[in-house]
Amino acid sequence: MTILLLVTVVLVIALAGFVLGRARAISRASGNVRVLHSLPGYYGWHAALMAALPAFAVMLLWLLIQPLVVERQIAAFFPEAAVADETAFTLTMADVRRVAGGLDAAVLAGLVTADQAATLSVDSTDVRALLGQAGVALGAQVTPETLEAAKEYRGLVAFGAFGRMIAVIAAALVGLAYALSVTRPDFWARNRVEAVMLGVLVTASSIAILTTVGIIWSMFSESLNFFRQYPATEFFFGLTWNPQFRGGSDLGFIPLLWGTLYITVVSMIVAVPLGLFTAIYLAEYASPAARSIIKPLIEVIAGIPTVVFGLFALVTVGPFLRDYFAQPFGFGNSGSSVMTAGLVIGILNIPFISSLADDIMNAVPQSLRDGSYGLGATKSETIRQVVLPAALPGIVGAVLLAASRAIGETMIVTMGAGAAAKLDLNPFEAMTTMTVKIVGQLTGDTDFNSPETLVAFALGITLFVITLGLNIFALYIVRKYREQYE
Amino acid sequence: MTDLSASLPVAKPKNSILTGSDQMRRRNAAEFRFRLYGLAAISVSMAVLAIMLWTIFSDGVSAFKQAKISFPLTFSSEILDPAGNGDRAEMTKVTTVGYARLLTTAFRAELQARGISTEGLSDKEINDMLSKHAPGVLRAEVLGNTAILDTTRTVEVLAAGRIDGYLKGRVTRETAERDGQVTPGMLDLADRLTEAGMLRSAFNFDFLTNSDASDQRPEAAGLGVAILGSAYMMLLVVLICVPVGVATSIYLEEFAPKNRLTDVIEVNISNLAAVPSIVFGILGLAVFINFAKFPQSSPLVGALVLSLMTLPTIIIATRAAIRAVPPSIRDAALGVGASKMQTVFHHVLPLAAPGILTGTILGLASALGETAPLLLIGMVAYVDNYPSAPIEGFLDPATALPVQVYSWASRSDPAFIERSSGAIIVLLGFLVVMNVTAIILRRKFERRW
Repeated sequence: MTILLLVTVVLVIALAGFVLGRARAISRASGNVRVLHSLPGYYGWHAALMAALPAFAVMLLWLLIQPLVVERQIAAFFPEAAVADETAFTLTMADVRRVAGGLDAAVLAGLVTADQAATLSVDSTDVRALLGQAGVALGAQVTPETLEAAKEYRGLVAFGAFGRMIAVIAAALVGLAYALSVTRPDFWARNRVEAVMLGVLVTASSIAILTTVGIIWSMFSESLNFFRQYPATEFFFGLTWNPQFRGGSDLGFIPLLWGTLYITVVSMIVAVPLGLFTAIYLAEYASPAARSIIKPLIEVIAGIPTVVFGLFALVTVGPFLRDYFAQPFGFGNSGSSVMTAGLVIGILNIPFISSLADDIMNAVPQSLRDGSYGLGATKSETIRQVVLPAALPGIVGAVLLAASRAIGETMIVTMGAGAAAKLDLNPFEAMTTMTVKIVGQLTGDTDFNSPETLVAFALGITLFVITLGLNIFALYIVRKYREQYE
Repeated sequence: MTDLSASLPVAKPKNSILTGSDQMRRRNAAEFRFRLYGLAAISVSMAVLAIMLWTIFSDGVSAFKQAKISFPLTFSSEILDPAGNGDRAEMTKVTTVGYARLLTTAFRAELQARGISTEGLSDKEINDMLSKHAPGVLRAEVLGNTAILDTTRTVEVLAAGRIDGYLKGRVTRETAERDGQVTPGMLDLADRLTEAGMLRSAFNFDFLTNSDASDQRPEAAGLGVAILGSAYMMLLVVLICVPVGVATSIYLEEFAPKNRLTDVIEVNISNLAAVPSIVFGILGLAVFINFAKFPQSSPLVGALVLSLMTLPTIIIATRAAIRAVPPSIRDAALGVGASKMQTVFHHVLPLAAPGILTGTILGLASALGETAPLLLIGMVAYVDNYPSAPIEGFLDPATALPVQVYSWASRSDPAFIERSSGAIIVLLGFLVVMNVTAIILRRKFERRW
């Protein structure tokens, strides 16, 4: 019985539980629902939950434990040396599973009967050809051990599936029987159902924490793996980035950090003035009507996927900068460059800075402005000398958040900045960033034991630490100084 | 005394607000300039946005038109069914090479019949007018319906990518000189074919339904698998994000005690919202693919990664919607004897539903455009086959709209830039629809308490 079918059966039992539980509560109260502690529906829900929860718990446990047990049984078919080597044994297990899957397919296709499949031997049949006919292509001939193991595997899995079905359905029925037996008019069904619901809510909230734990754990363990194969000092202070897939690579982090920071600085030079002046105009000058048109238009920029900006950098901005700036002034002839990526990321960050700065300037109390006007200052003097200083901490926070976004931006730099890791000052030269290299090292066929692949995790955790640090710092500044006026 | 005061020279005020002064003019000029900077900043942003959208639209609109060549073709059973018994299994032995020969022979025959000059063109050049994709399509059609054997009808097949580019102005005689795939002679022939009405450009539905095609056949590349993959992922993201996001928000807003754990959860959520998206890709690769052994490139893994990424956004929007429901509603419900749980689920949640819906749609829109994490979980791979129907289809390899944009943009043939821009038009179309829906919902259900 497949898992999907089993889930359906449990759900049907739960549904029956709802109907039965509700009916039983009403009959126990002899039709007078007012003597019940809870509304009749809660007795139904209680029965449904009692049927479904233990059944799903049993199913989950079974699914987790069965592969471990089966693997131990299968290990008996192979010499101890083969089992001791973990990677080799993983491959062997994959082979066994494949052959077993092939036998299933062959039985399904009617090439052999179920009995024949259980008594096959490599001497009498060409198992590889048989499985090939069934649509399962094998790389090598099937060894006798693998075939025996595969047959055993099929048996164990079939037995496991049967056991699982019995255990899960039994759990559902026992839970249902228990729920029905406790259903009495004075039973507090609502409280118990609500306790379960609260449990569900708490579990959902903990997913956020689990995600963070998952991020840190996944990157940390693989990074440790990387630093075991490649010295940390050479990674953090190395000046060359030159991965070789035959080994002996230089994986220095400095050129990537340089490219990342250079592009971030260029993007901030674009985004900060444009974003700030946009915010100033929106907050201080624009009429409500103009504001209601301009603000959504600026925010359209933030809603456009970054891959669109990436294509814009690749097709329009890059060639434009190359043909009209880099080549005439002799800065090189690369379409993808720090300038290309920086400009485009800057544009992307304008709405981010402008909407944050706009909010912050709106939070500056009107009394400060009025005081300044009263002393005879013009509007721009008021903005420069009163509003901006008052809003400065918040604006710095906004700029830092934008910088953290620029550092973590991936698609624009992948398509616009190039892939060559260089330590260079020329902004029209192609350089690369941490995010580009993460994509580069992890895309395509990768071997998770080589430092060339694992370095991506070290880059990832560095990126995570940098952006998280910037964010926490920015939020700290914003929070600390915003309270001034409240 | 009065004499004295009258005789004193009247002190002329140094400056007055009633008369202009140099200083005041300077200050006013500075004021004017400052205001202008603001306007200039806005104009620059708007101009760049306009240029970007304009270049992408002008590049991409042509992806929706495709050059096709039509000519009569006899489905000769001599070539297509050498065994002569109409048995489908026998006919599958005829490869696309056989179909290509059938097509090119019919095409050349038609050129001759119409008296269209092919002077100076080799047979190969004439054959290259037709797309390499055409024989495969024809073969699928014949194998799908063997009854058309030995009938004759006019077929409309894709023209080669370069010929299509010539009709769209991308390929010129100068570029053709340097191009290995096309010669100026072929472009002359294309002109004559257009005159004869055999070659024409028509709306390209295939762009929305075809799967991706190899580097050599840009004319056949389509968005079908990408659109389906994105749709699968969005469906799963909704199924994962809405229950989890709403449950988390309810807990944090209504039930959470003020303690350490609650603080940790809150800080966590706000920090997760600012983590670079690529980090979620690394998480997905390490946890879902390497550890849990889910298949690479599958919509399920993509959806899990996108869900984790979108959850903070949805939670923040949902909490705002729940907070906007006034306490008097809760007090009234509690006052008539509802439990806390009943209050939340019977009163607060329905009243917050429009806000939650709007927030969810906006969160989905950002998830739909996300590319970087999907690259890491292998969705950038070349996928030729449609994923099957749900539920198994969630585990089949697929690709996504923004990833398709990226993978086409990174191919060398300029014809793929057109496809890439066309894919962006489709993507932006979906985003506009989602955002407009969110705005309409907000307008319709917005409620001031």
